[in-house]
Amino acid sequence: MSMLTIAMPKGRIFSEAVELLRKSGYKLPDEFDESRKLILTVPEENIRFILAKPMDVGTYVEHGVADVGIAGKDVMMEEERDVFEVLDLKISKCHLAVAGLPDTKMNDIAPKVATKYPNVASKYFREQGEQVEIIHLNGSIELAPLIGLADRIVDIVSTGRTLKENGLVEFEHIADITSRLIVNPVSYRMKDKPIDMLVERLAKTVEEGKEDSD
Amino acid sequence: MFMFEKPLGMRDTLPGLYVIKESVRKKMMNVIESWGYQFLETPTLEFYETVGVQSAIQEQQLFKLLDRQGHTLVLRPDMTAPIARIAASKLMKESLPLRLAYSANVFRAQQHEGGRPAEFEQIGIELIGDGTISADAEAIALMIYALKNTGLKDFKISIGHIGFINALFGEILGKEERAEKLRRYLYEKNFVGYREHVKRLSLSTIDKERLLRVIDLKGGIEKADEASSLVACDSGKKALEDLKQLLIQLRAYEVDQYIKLELNIVSHMSYYTSVIFELYANGVGLPIGNGGRYDHLLEKFERPAPATGFGIRLDNLLEALGDLKLNKDRYCIIFSRENRQEAFRYANKLRKEGKQVVMQDISGIDQIDRFTGQFTDIYYFLGKPGKVRE
Repeated sequence: MSMLTIAMPKGRIFSEAVELLRKSGYKLPDEFDESRKLILTVPEENIRFILAKPMDVGTYVEHGVADVGIAGKDVMMEEERDVFEVLDLKISKCHLAVAGLPDTKMNDIAPKVATKYPNVASKYFREQGEQVEIIHLNGSIELAPLIGLADRIVDIVSTGRTLKENGLVEFEHIADITSRLIVNPVSYRMKDKPIDMLVERLAKTVEEGKEDSD
Repeated sequence: MFMFEKPLGMRDTLPGLYVIKESVRKKMMNVIESWGYQFLETPTLEFYETVGVQSAIQEQQLFKLLDRQGHTLVLRPDMTAPIARIAASKLMKESLPLRLAYSANVFRAQQHEGGRPAEFEQIGIELIGDGTISADAEAIALMIYALKNTGLKDFKISIGHIGFINALFGEILGKEERAEKLRRYLYEKNFVGYREHVKRLSLSTIDKERLLRVIDLKGGIEKADEASSLVACDSGKKALEDLKQLLIQLRAYEVDQYIKLELNIVSHMSYYTSVIFELYANGVGLPIGNGGRYDHLLEKFERPAPATGFGIRLDNLLEALGDLKLNKDRYCIIFSRENRQEAFRYANKLRKEGKQVVMQDISGIDQIDRFTGQFTDIYYFLGKPGKVRE
């Protein structure tokens, strides 16, 4: 049986995803947590992990170089990849929000919105019937309203601390975000056995986790 | 401005790939012809109003242009609609069923980044005028035998039935717009969204459970029985009975090991009407081919007839076949002017033997070694006429 390749997001979601896999009975080596390698093989489980930028996980899975991946719903909404979204892993909870400086209004003539999620942002404002100009930034989005680049930002908010420390407030809630297990459509059929097992084990862990927190 | 780049999604087929493509195409075509299907060609450009609107391809993927009278034209996005147009007009007098086949380039504009061709070759068949399950079985079996002849081994076919999902959704949800939302989630393969949406619907626990179980309906023939316990209406039961019949017939063709049921497959338009299938192979991230029954397409061309067929994407098939090395032997005759005739006669002798022979005037090349390196063998016709050196 050929090896299963899983695309993991580096950074924020990574450790939670690793913990979830361990809880589901997958034996992952300790070096996993601090390694700088981009490809890690776990022969005992017949699994290979690739470590990707969160925004790129969907790309690897859509092209089939990874069979499954763990990606935030924010990324899925932004990228609209042709992949199966099979399971809500309920980790890395946060939400997408519109934020800005308190007591400010959007510019009437040419309102500007800075974001890492141009597709999500333009879709959201279009649905609200507002015409805005989207400015694409790659990080530190909170800077934009502070120095006058944009009236509003669209970004993920988890604790709200970054907003608060920079004197920003949340205006609108766009969508709740959690991480999802995504599967390549071909792998979904060709490697159905190991993938079904992965889904089943993860689903069980997620379900148990839910009961714990209730 | 001089443009060196190609438009997004357009690809060149260089000589090395060309011979491989040709050989794989021939292998498929031979099998299709041996099953009695007749190949045909249709124009690259069609009217948007006739072929563009009726095709299964989404509007935003069509390449459109205007002719001199101002009609909107499309580069054909698939071959099924053009063949339906022909079947409904020129082949009107032929008696049904018709067995037609094609091998042609189709065009679909890409919205996202590279890595996806916007023009690619499709090889396929249309079996028009036979509404029986036997016709569906023939289409699927022929597809498998054509693929096997190319040397493809590791592949699977997922079969579903539009009638089952429609019946189940109709029974439980009633209104079409409620069904449409759920169908959209299945089409986008967003099972998380599907589950959440079902949980939010105001339905009994039993009905919710019926809808949720749709996601797990994949596997062998037993899944058809499992699904049968979820629907009550005749059309739903009939769809599943048809699927079972189809699987039994595919056993007679000895291809059932390639088949899996996947009862939550839906199509994005009301194009396919019952049996629908997709073809997957290891090593390629996209389906290699797909097909199904489209019983309402021909009536849009005013000649109602049931029809089924499949189309294989040659580019994805080549990817699945992996590294094919197909170097044909090429020979070279290098001649000087005074030996032209003798060289030509010798070249023709070799060509009649079926060899590929290049004739090259020695004064036309600078670096003989570099040039001759690409050939299997070189013959020299130089100096005093009559002397052959090898």
